[in-house]
Amino acid sequence: MEINYWNKAVETMDREQLQMHQLKHLQDTVDSAMKTSFYKKRLGKVGITSGRDIKSLDDFKKLPFTSKDDLRECYPNALLAVSKDEAVRIHTSSGTTGVPTVIYHTQEDLDHWTELVCRGIVSSGCTRNDVFQNMMTYGMFTGGLGLHYGAERVGMTVIPIGGGNTMRQLKLMKDFNTTVIHITPSYCLHVHEKLAEAGVARESLSLKKAFCGGEPHTENIRKKIEEIWGIDVYNCYGMSEMNGPGVGFECLCKTGLHIWEDNYILEIVDPQSGREMEDGEQGEVVLTTLLRKATPLIRYRSRDLAHVIPGRCECGRTHRRMSRIMGRCDDMLIINGVNIYPSQIEEVIMKMPEVGNNYQILVEKNGTLDKLTIKVEIYSKIFTGEISAIEALKHKIVENLKANIIINPVVELHEPGSLPAFEGKAKRVVDNRTSI
Amino acid sequence: MKINQISVFLENKEGRIYEVCELLGAHDINIDALNIAESEGFGVLRMIVNKPKAAMAALKEKGFSANQTDILAVEVEDRPGGLADVLRVISTNQLNVEYMYGFTLRKSDRALMVFRFDDPEKAAKTLQANQIRIIRGSDIQES
Repeated sequence: MEINYWNKAVETMDREQLQMHQLKHLQDTVDSAMKTSFYKKRLGKVGITSGRDIKSLDDFKKLPFTSKDDLRECYPNALLAVSKDEAVRIHTSSGTTGVPTVIYHTQEDLDHWTELVCRGIVSSGCTRNDVFQNMMTYGMFTGGLGLHYGAERVGMTVIPIGGGNTMRQLKLMKDFNTTVIHITPSYCLHVHEKLAEAGVARESLSLKKAFCGGEPHTENIRKKIEEIWGIDVYNCYGMSEMNGPGVGFECLCKTGLHIWEDNYILEIVDPQSGREMEDGEQGEVVLTTLLRKATPLIRYRSRDLAHVIPGRCECGRTHRRMSRIMGRCDDMLIINGVNIYPSQIEEVIMKMPEVGNNYQILVEKNGTLDKLTIKVEIYSKIFTGEISAIEALKHKIVENLKANIIINPVVELHEPGSLPAFEGKAKRVVDNRTSI
Repeated sequence: MKINQISVFLENKEGRIYEVCELLGAHDINIDALNIAESEGFGVLRMIVNKPKAAMAALKEKGFSANQTDILAVEVEDRPGGLADVLRVISTNQLNVEYMYGFTLRKSDRALMVFRFDDPEKAAKTLQANQIRIIRGSDIQES
């Protein structure tokens, strides 16, 4: 196995040196954070006035956590730590109607992000000779742009096609001899199913590798994709709050994701108590940015569940490895790579006067893809007897969901009182997806 | 002139039409005509019954989403081209039909056609001016 590095000095940095680097940049991060109205207040409460107050990484662990709700409350600018003219890009989450989370980036921030993606790409054995088809959505969703710049900097030939349009994907894969794709695992399985329909023989493709991200998947899914396609699959982790993909990446060893600890402090904590977990113990992933100037985040609770893999990796990288994501400690749903909270759906549909009192969210597998169905009870009085009015209502619900949370579900209308009613806490989400 | 039609919103669920018919039967309500308009995942059951008021009360009590619509029931001669004669009048007078369906009444040798017009008043006048007979609501329904 030939190990290549993008930035060997940093990737194989001695742990002690890495921790000194972390402390120094942590202090800078706290200094930046103190420029934001949010952290000035939050850190001030625990007696922090500048980065010099953090004298060790143990001191750091006494700092308060930052939650997704904090980010929402900071919308749009309460976490901006640089002057606006220094910011060169904004990414927001799809967010609850009107209240997404927002991350600003300076050019330097974007360069750091790109550097991490480059390290990941190279660690999986890719080189400038590869043709990279980026099948993740471009735009505000960070999956597309994040890998794009890294792949270009590595010198790969990038096909920025984005998600969907399977026939065209296959045509381009064939015509341009794509060797590497970036894709959600469920879409990767789906594309394989469409080979015959597209009239494309597997042997006519040059595909060798896939970076899978955007949704948690099991080791079995990886093996299945590797088997049916005859390729190597590498897990890729990130979230928009931490830039996007590239926070962690699997190397050739495929034994967990190296979290780039010169850019982030990784902690795994008990979701209830916040206590730090031992290596190997599952808990919530908590990340702190170390080099991001525009939007520093301290001890951000990701709500993702994972564990640290003990020991060193054979590849020689000293940055610790994290397991694949084992689940969530909130009710977030991931539908074909898109993050959705049931509360977002509720907010959109219950605001409509035509909708009755009850609804249900059903998630199933349709082949290899996720299918989201929203069952909605109509408000009895709106029924005029005309079928067109009911169809218009259905259309309106779909359009409102599309506009507000960028999902395109199947909407089913039901009679008032027909959906399961609950005494006490309602269980409105039915997730029938089983692992393939 | 106008006849009262009852529409019921039905989700796509087994036995739902049966439940409506059974309910009306239990209330001694007779269904003269029935039609189902279906769409993806749901349907609208349209009925002409002899006791619309009682039917509405029974349906509402059982939690059905129901509503009443005015329709016209038109006599059509029971021979080839009979319906075409009526439709010719409708077409040349540019009356807009939203939907239509057929039914028969006992003791009648004529076919009957139910029309839902977007403007029932205008349609009634036009049809009568063209010697097309419209069934009176009071002939078949209790007020």
